[in-house]
Amino acid sequence: MNALILSAVFGVVMMFSGILLKQKSAVRNLAIAGILLLLVSNVLETYGTAFFKVNVNGMMYFDRLALFFNTIVFVSALLYFLLTAKDMEKVGVNYAEYFALIFFILCGITLTSSFKSLLILFLGIEIISIPLYILTGTDKRNLKSNEASLKYLLLGAFSTGLMLMGIALIYGAKGTFSTEGANLVTDKPSVLLVAGMILLLFSMSFKASAAPFHFWTPDVYDGAPTVFTSFMATIVKAAVFIAFIRLFDEAFGTLRAQWQLWIAVITAATLFIGNITAVFQQSVKRMLAYSSIAQAGFMLLSLYAMNTDAKEGILLYVTAYSFATIGIFAVLARMNDYTFDGFNGLAQKDPLVAGSLTVFLLSLAGIPLTAGFLAKFYMLKATIATPQGLWLAIFAILMAAVSVYYYFRVIQAMYFKEGDDAKAPETTPVFRGTLVILAALVILLGIFPDLLLHWFYF
Amino acid sequence: MSHKKGSQLIAQGSKLKKGMPINYYIFLSLALFAIGIVGVLTRRNAIIIFMCIELMLNAVNLLLVAFSKMHHAANVAVNATAGTDGQLFVFFIMVVAAAEVSVGLAIIVMMYRNIHSVDVNFLNRLKH
Repeated sequence: MNALILSAVFGVVMMFSGILLKQKSAVRNLAIAGILLLLVSNVLETYGTAFFKVNVNGMMYFDRLALFFNTIVFVSALLYFLLTAKDMEKVGVNYAEYFALIFFILCGITLTSSFKSLLILFLGIEIISIPLYILTGTDKRNLKSNEASLKYLLLGAFSTGLMLMGIALIYGAKGTFSTEGANLVTDKPSVLLVAGMILLLFSMSFKASAAPFHFWTPDVYDGAPTVFTSFMATIVKAAVFIAFIRLFDEAFGTLRAQWQLWIAVITAATLFIGNITAVFQQSVKRMLAYSSIAQAGFMLLSLYAMNTDAKEGILLYVTAYSFATIGIFAVLARMNDYTFDGFNGLAQKDPLVAGSLTVFLLSLAGIPLTAGFLAKFYMLKATIATPQGLWLAIFAILMAAVSVYYYFRVIQAMYFKEGDDAKAPETTPVFRGTLVILAALVILLGIFPDLLLHWFYF
Repeated sequence: MSHKKGSQLIAQGSKLKKGMPINYYIFLSLALFAIGIVGVLTRRNAIIIFMCIELMLNAVNLLLVAFSKMHHAANVAVNATAGTDGQLFVFFIMVVAAAEVSVGLAIIVMMYRNIHSVDVNFLNRLKH
């Protein structure tokens, strides 16, 4: 509750800071202070200090999972601000408003991580989506940005329509929006309930960019300004996944026989399409868009398994994935050339950045001693524990092997190809420091995942 | 005589209260919803697509109100406020739809300024 109210307040504060503060660095520092405040207040609430006592009438529930997930999101957002906040200046003139929109998105994320009512789920998803439509289109003179924004808006609104129809059908069957109420299936579930659940499954897969509903992802991620693609592909995607898992665990847990096969098919399709298409990309930005689809396929495995390992694993997975992807996008936002050739010879020009980038790419590929390896390990372990999960796990491993190819193409370009005399990306000491800290965190989590998971239970 | 007339009135009243069966409402809103979906998938004008999305949302509103009435009639003896949450949800959908339209029209205007068209066939620059 602390983070929910403070993030909304800070969104408004950031809007006014655009008028009151003349210097961009002041706006940036205010935003970083804001995210630190959110982080501290959220950690305090985890230990029992709630600033606000609001009667939410059972519509929200700030349990350990929600608070812990919020902490992960705020840490990722802090690192994101430290790395890329300066690059947002290049996007357009409304610098403070971008931060305001990001704070509103964070407000939506606290809703999606703590909902107990389908109403809050709907509001959370919409509070995330609507600012994202704007952020996608911030590069107003760029036709690609316009196109991405309009495409995202039309398809996003369409999937919201599907989600609402699903919620209405569930309400018709159960007479309540509470996710606990929907769980009380005694014998055969009614047609209305199953139809509503399938519609919700489709719309959530759309928001999480799972396979048959992924077609918007590459275009939108490619067209949006790189700094906002970074936010969209990491923190927002993690929030959608937490909502997805909470929904299908709490509301439809007893209907598992009805949805498990659907999820299995969607997972396999997502893994296949994401990985195979990523191989053929020429632009690193577009490759990362497909890689985010492929990683979403791995995260969907936790939805398929839905046991204790899966719930611990998804937290580790979103952390590993967000940290690594934020790092890669931060470097990418400072490159002049987004093709693979743009990375040629980066290791000679800037060994530190190239080294950190290598750690992030290894983590995404799931190489041991990085966080990505243990995250994938948890997912596969959870999947194998389910009765028919073995074939899905084998397929996932095969696809992870494919993914190594396109991640290593970047490493190969950096270390084994001669670059032209184009200069290395400009970096500041803060940027370099944060990048090294991020790489150290990825390796640390890969060696001691307990550091993270211990917090979940402490 | 008067007693008989009174019971007739009550019978009439209960018939009115019962009203149409819920199935008609479900079919009507599913039909509206399907028209909306078909419109989104086939039309090429961004504003018409947007109108079709609104049609989908309004079909949901209609369905929610009908279900709300149904649950209210079924549970009013136990709980006087039963079914009101469905109608509350409708207000939230209206608010969100208004926010979405304001952002959406702004994006369409932004695109119109650059290419002087609102045709979504234009949306293929990123496909390669």
